[in-house]
Amino acid sequence: MMNQMIVDRNDAKLSMAHLYIAFAAVLLGGIAGLLQTLVRSGTIVLPAGIGYYQLLTAHGILLALVFTTYFIIGFFYAGMSRTMGKFYDQPYRLGWLGYIVMTIGTVLTTIMILLNEGTVLYTFYAPLKASPWFYIGLTLFIVGTWLAGGAMCHQYYIWKKVSHKKISPLFSFMAVMTMVLWFVATIGVAVSVIFQFIPWSFGWVDEINILLSRTLFWYFGHPLVYFWLLPAYVCWYVIIPEIIGGKIFSDSLARLSFVLFLLFSIPVGFHHQLLESGISPFWKYLQVVLTFMVIVPSLMTAFSLFASFEMAGRKKGAKGLFGWFRALPWKDARFFAPMVGMLIFIPAGAGGIINASNQMNQIVHNTLWVTGHFHLTVASSVALTFFGIAYWLIPHLTGRVLTGKMHQMANLQTILWAVGMFFMSGAMHTVGLLGAPRRTAYTTYQNNPDALGWMPYEVAMAVGGSILFIAILLLIYIITDLAFFAPKGKEDFPIGEVAEGAEKTPSILENWRLWLGIATVLILVAYTVPVVHMIEHAPPGSPGYKFW
Amino acid sequence: MHMHKLERLWLIIGSGALVVFLLVIGVNAFAMGHTPPSDRDILDPTQVDLTAPFDDPGLKKIGDNEYELVLVAQAFTFQSNDELKIPEGATVHFKVTSKDVVHGFQIPKTNVNMMITPGHVNTITHTFDEAGQFLILCNEYCGVGHQAMGVPLEVIK
Repeated sequence: MMNQMIVDRNDAKLSMAHLYIAFAAVLLGGIAGLLQTLVRSGTIVLPAGIGYYQLLTAHGILLALVFTTYFIIGFFYAGMSRTMGKFYDQPYRLGWLGYIVMTIGTVLTTIMILLNEGTVLYTFYAPLKASPWFYIGLTLFIVGTWLAGGAMCHQYYIWKKVSHKKISPLFSFMAVMTMVLWFVATIGVAVSVIFQFIPWSFGWVDEINILLSRTLFWYFGHPLVYFWLLPAYVCWYVIIPEIIGGKIFSDSLARLSFVLFLLFSIPVGFHHQLLESGISPFWKYLQVVLTFMVIVPSLMTAFSLFASFEMAGRKKGAKGLFGWFRALPWKDARFFAPMVGMLIFIPAGAGGIINASNQMNQIVHNTLWVTGHFHLTVASSVALTFFGIAYWLIPHLTGRVLTGKMHQMANLQTILWAVGMFFMSGAMHTVGLLGAPRRTAYTTYQNNPDALGWMPYEVAMAVGGSILFIAILLLIYIITDLAFFAPKGKEDFPIGEVAEGAEKTPSILENWRLWLGIATVLILVAYTVPVVHMIEHAPPGSPGYKFW
Repeated sequence: MHMHKLERLWLIIGSGALVVFLLVIGVNAFAMGHTPPSDRDILDPTQVDLTAPFDDPGLKKIGDNEYELVLVAQAFTFQSNDELKIPEGATVHFKVTSKDVVHGFQIPKTNVNMMITPGHVNTITHTFDEAGQFLILCNEYCGVGHQAMGVPLEVIK
């Protein structure tokens, strides 16, 4: 079984190819982010005709789509290869094909943004109309991810056939579940882009159904956030217990929580459309109820993780009610970065509950509060966990080691990130409650006293943004070192083992037909009536506008 | 499936809190009339100027210190034929649509916040108990001049 402890060389190359693009996107997206905070606070004016909203589009696409997706896919290839063995030929080739298609799409969309032909932000709400090539680039990107997901599912399928095992390794199960969630979610945005946006942007049809396009987007847009979050959960569930010298608390409950995410993260998109016309309050509230169901697997996750921590700490001899907390390996960068991410997820998740609370959304909708919220969730909890993974994954894949010096640099990176985010996100949350809108360039609304009162917070955002940018530069230094310059050697790919005495995993948890069936029923219940209404009672559609 | 007894307790407390949250929100929304803005009226987004009441946007007194304020959102302003001045204590029913792209409609310091999607009308009601300067602003990106899209609303004593 020795060969399973190290990711196969070819699989490592496939994984690394994704990670390079992921971290290049972090650098570029980070530059855009820094400039945005400086513009918004009135500190600088952009030179050379670069637009604030052009930067904002680039920031969103590079970080929320490119960084996350490339990282997730690269991480999953490595982890599946580590837990199931080398990729078989067909899925391996499919993986490279997916990489090529995704990358063509990414490059095409990026070019369109640079040419100022796609300044529609990463949510591309109609009827703002970008160049058709912007949408085609996005489509290719999504198709590429489907090929990647297909490669993973195929590998899983062959492994199950060859091994005759009913239960797959936990890491691989979670990776496949995340990609299945992604398949179901992206159907919405793909239908919208292929059947609505592309024909309309080419001028083949004159009008677009706005509400339907927004609904299809948010059918995708919410599970998208779980697509970011679940890979972080993979690290928290499977990898962290091994790093801290503990065990996985329960294999079956870990799988059950992933099943619940598949079921409850999709039929909930209306909580992003709570303040919109044309959707009845009943259907909005129904989806709010379904939204709240994902809190259950999150509570399960929180319990399991802290149970793992406590068991590990007590095994090392920690005493008292909270002695185990101090016994955790705080100096280990592989633990510290994800752990800070986890702790940030506590206020971040609470903020999310506020956002989704039906009429309460009115207080925060489209204010900077929301921007503050997802800079805690995806840009801190998820991002810090991904960085923490990269610290051992990259040297593992490149045959190098994470040295003590790099542990220290990485821990400094985490601290800078947390401090920068405290200022930036804290200011965003506060000024959002005061009413400052998100996605808005520098403005005082003709010296309106309320708007002038927001300026100090916007300056605090710029201070936080600057600290975060320094943290990004440090991150890129660490990543470059680990990929090309760190001493040669063997870095572990930690995979946790299940605690002794934990119950045997029931095979129903891998009954894909059952879970996909229930997910489909929930989606149909939540969406059929309102979507039929949107189509049957649609106003005349809208022509396109290019207001930038 | 077996669950640790503390985990069961944790989930029961958590889920119980969830049910209470949802009940509070649900009762407040449906029994106390605080459902989020969800108007179902539609119109042709290219014919807004010819469609009543948006052919004459502005402030109309409809009752004792009660007004309807009809506004047309367009890049990059909120169009009205009347000055936006209302007396203290007035209840205002905002009725808004968009002539072009998606806009937002928000008044800081109040709970007024809704999406304005072309082809749809959206409505929200607010009572201005205190006099002062208010700002109606667009909180959804609508183009290069989005940050300029705000109009003052004055509540006079």
